[in-house]
Amino acid sequence: MRSMRKLFTAIAAAATLAVATPALANSGATKLEHKEWSWQGMFGQYDKAQLRRGFQVYKEICATCHSMNLVRYRNLMDIGLSEDDVKALAAANEVQDGFDDTGAPKMRAGLPADKLHAPFPNEKAARAANGGALPPDLSLMNKARKSGPDYVYTLLTSYEDPMPEDFHLMDGMNYNPAFPGHQIAMPQMIFDEGVTFADGAPNKKENITADVVAFLNWTAEPELDTRKGMGLKVMIFLAVMTALFYALKRQIWSRIDH
Amino acid sequence: MSAPSNNKVVKWVDDRLPIFTMMKHSAIDYPTPKNLNYWWNFGSLAGLMLVIMILTGLFLAMNYVPHTSMAFDSVERIMRDVNYGWLLRYLHANGASMFFILVYIHIFRGLYYGSYKAPREVLWWLGLVIYLLMMATGFLGYVLPWGQMSFWGATVITNLFSAFPLVGEHIVTWLWGGFSVDNPTLNRFFPLHFVLPFVILGVVVVHVWALHSVKSNNPLGIDMKTPQDSIPFHPYYTIKDLFGIGLFLMFYLAFVFWAPNFFGEPDNYIPANPMVTPPHIVPEWYYLPFYAILRSVPDKLGGVLLMFGAILILFVLPWLDTSKVRSCKFRPIYKWFTILFLVNAFVLGYIGAQPAEGTMLLVGQICTVWYFLHLLVLTPVIGWLEKPKPLPESISSPVVKKSGEAV
Amino acid sequence: MADTANPASGSSDGETRRDFLLYASSAVGVVGAGLALWPFVHSMNPAADVLALASTEVDLAPIAEGQAITVMWRGKPIFVRHRTADEISAAQAVDVTSLRDPQTDADRVKKPEWLVMIGICTHLGCIPLGQAPADPKGEFGGWFCPCHGSNYDTSGRIRKGPAPLNLAVPPYAFTTDTSIKIG
Repeated sequence: MRSMRKLFTAIAAAATLAVATPALANSGATKLEHKEWSWQGMFGQYDKAQLRRGFQVYKEICATCHSMNLVRYRNLMDIGLSEDDVKALAAANEVQDGFDDTGAPKMRAGLPADKLHAPFPNEKAARAANGGALPPDLSLMNKARKSGPDYVYTLLTSYEDPMPEDFHLMDGMNYNPAFPGHQIAMPQMIFDEGVTFADGAPNKKENITADVVAFLNWTAEPELDTRKGMGLKVMIFLAVMTALFYALKRQIWSRIDH
Repeated sequence: MSAPSNNKVVKWVDDRLPIFTMMKHSAIDYPTPKNLNYWWNFGSLAGLMLVIMILTGLFLAMNYVPHTSMAFDSVERIMRDVNYGWLLRYLHANGASMFFILVYIHIFRGLYYGSYKAPREVLWWLGLVIYLLMMATGFLGYVLPWGQMSFWGATVITNLFSAFPLVGEHIVTWLWGGFSVDNPTLNRFFPLHFVLPFVILGVVVVHVWALHSVKSNNPLGIDMKTPQDSIPFHPYYTIKDLFGIGLFLMFYLAFVFWAPNFFGEPDNYIPANPMVTPPHIVPEWYYLPFYAILRSVPDKLGGVLLMFGAILILFVLPWLDTSKVRSCKFRPIYKWFTILFLVNAFVLGYIGAQPAEGTMLLVGQICTVWYFLHLLVLTPVIGWLEKPKPLPESISSPVVKKSGEAV
Repeated sequence: MADTANPASGSSDGETRRDFLLYASSAVGVVGAGLALWPFVHSMNPAADVLALASTEVDLAPIAEGQAITVMWRGKPIFVRHRTADEISAAQAVDVTSLRDPQTDADRVKKPEWLVMIGICTHLGCIPLGQAPADPKGEFGGWFCPCHGSNYDTSGRIRKGPAPLNLAVPPYAFTTDTSIKIG
């Protein structure tokens, strides 16, 4: 058993090494608020109603500038939208699909298989409309920043923080202590009662922000619920298997002196 | 040697191709020291991990597109649309880290118990070759998702070769297939990443072959002398390995299911952008000690040479270690230096992840000096000066008489 | 075996328990390995994005009587022909019992003037000719497969040549009077 203890020490050591290594992706950021998210922890799952509210926030506020290129309308059925709702949402925008018989681009109504309608046709158009800054695609935002959900939440709720008097803010920029360098091209977009939810959920700016962060986490990790559910089953199975192997190992080794 | 089976078909085949005899000889009857501890589980675990990596990699390759304009999205399609694609990718990505954890433990076990010493030098070399091939494969694979870390990792690592005088620039251009890391680079990295694991597999076969001809070392570091010292591999070590596999799978899959991006970098979820370098780029954790050595030298070529040297020097370790005793169990002084060497490697790894400036740089330089001092000076000198503890008579009578006192 | 310490197993009690453990562990191990294979196998089945494109809508309005168009559905050509009255009556007049693959014309269409079929010869997978006005249409005025000479009639039924079956009819439905959804 002594060697077993050594094995665990080794594993712990390896894990420590791993913990020590992830880089400081947000160098320059000074502020991070840690919130309890429904999907965290061993059993945490998404709150589908919150995801639907978050989608509404994205659609009404964020989508004026930010694309969501990795999400398809059909994916929205996973957060509880009906097939008819999805079809209607998709059909609200036209997309180009091939060319007509004269060679001109052919437009058709959007389908559930299409990606969420992007606010700008391309990067140049997006930059031109935003004073040279490019609003990033939000599909993976929560995975593309260290402590993603907390970072995005803190960023979106820190606009009203007081700016130090000696801070030099550049033209067209906004003060935000959560952003690296503390100035950001995106202005504050989320305000109290900025969105009205059909389910009557609270809509102070903190609530709205939390809902949209939840939605962004789903767009980044849509497999999370399935993943954790499968994980539990696999772990129980492995625990039984390993216990059996251990018992058999003891049985077999009891035959000899060691 | 006993016949593998009384089955007529088995016999018929075996008379023509002794494959069953060979399997019985090397996986069942193979005489193994009876005193192996759990540190000896890591070789077979690494073998299992190689198989998992090849399998998941094969199925990922069926959906991956090695083109700069499609690579990132094809990986996201695997994550979102391919059935169980997220599972295959997370198994593969975390599997790379697991593979290195297992191999590092396996290597350290070899260091601690003197498994590199005669007659196991070739076995040790083959292991180092596997390790070098793993480093190359891991680097090539990390480029494939074509995120920011992929792109800038590829840029920085390939630029290491530019340090060599005269030919350096040409080598880099040749590696890239152009004048920067771009589509030709990604295109060639994919088949190389695909094929190298099979080269690894080949070297693993030879590694096991070498092992079976010199036989396993053991915690006491003494040879098997009598039949009482050994037991057949099956069932004793097959079941012990299976138990180890069960434990390891729980450790590995805990990351896959609950913290799949633990070993990853958030920046790699941003598509590659040749115009913007992320503010703080780091290699994957398993390269960090060597990255720290590279950065501790203020000279470009010097750093590169020292980094490669840090690995290559391990090839001559069997001759640098002058001790007649294998296992650190009986080496009261060297034992602590070996543990210190491990701690030193951890510190180097930590330094490798930090910005190279100020105290961090200084600590990195001290650790680099210690790395080479340990191998080049301390190891031979301690081997000469140290008085090892008395070795037991044999594996099956490990109880040593201490100062005439029978226990 | 001879040159290692491997004593024979102990009492019969221990034997029974080890047998149980051996069988239980083996069973669990084999089941686990089997289950672990499924994600690999299933990853080769059509992915969600492929399934999402599994249906195609076709607007029939622009197709004049006597004309045919070919549309793509699940990577296969779909023949849509606006049949003339002559073609319909020719298709309906055939004695079904004389056919290699007996099917009435009514079994093969939802509306007599619209014939919708998968345009792949049931012999070895070539695409029969007969869609364009200048194409050879075979002896029965339908389609002719140039690979091995199968002749199909105006209902797409095999009449002559090596093909064993009629051209297949895909699942489809009229969404309006002049448009269909295939799949």
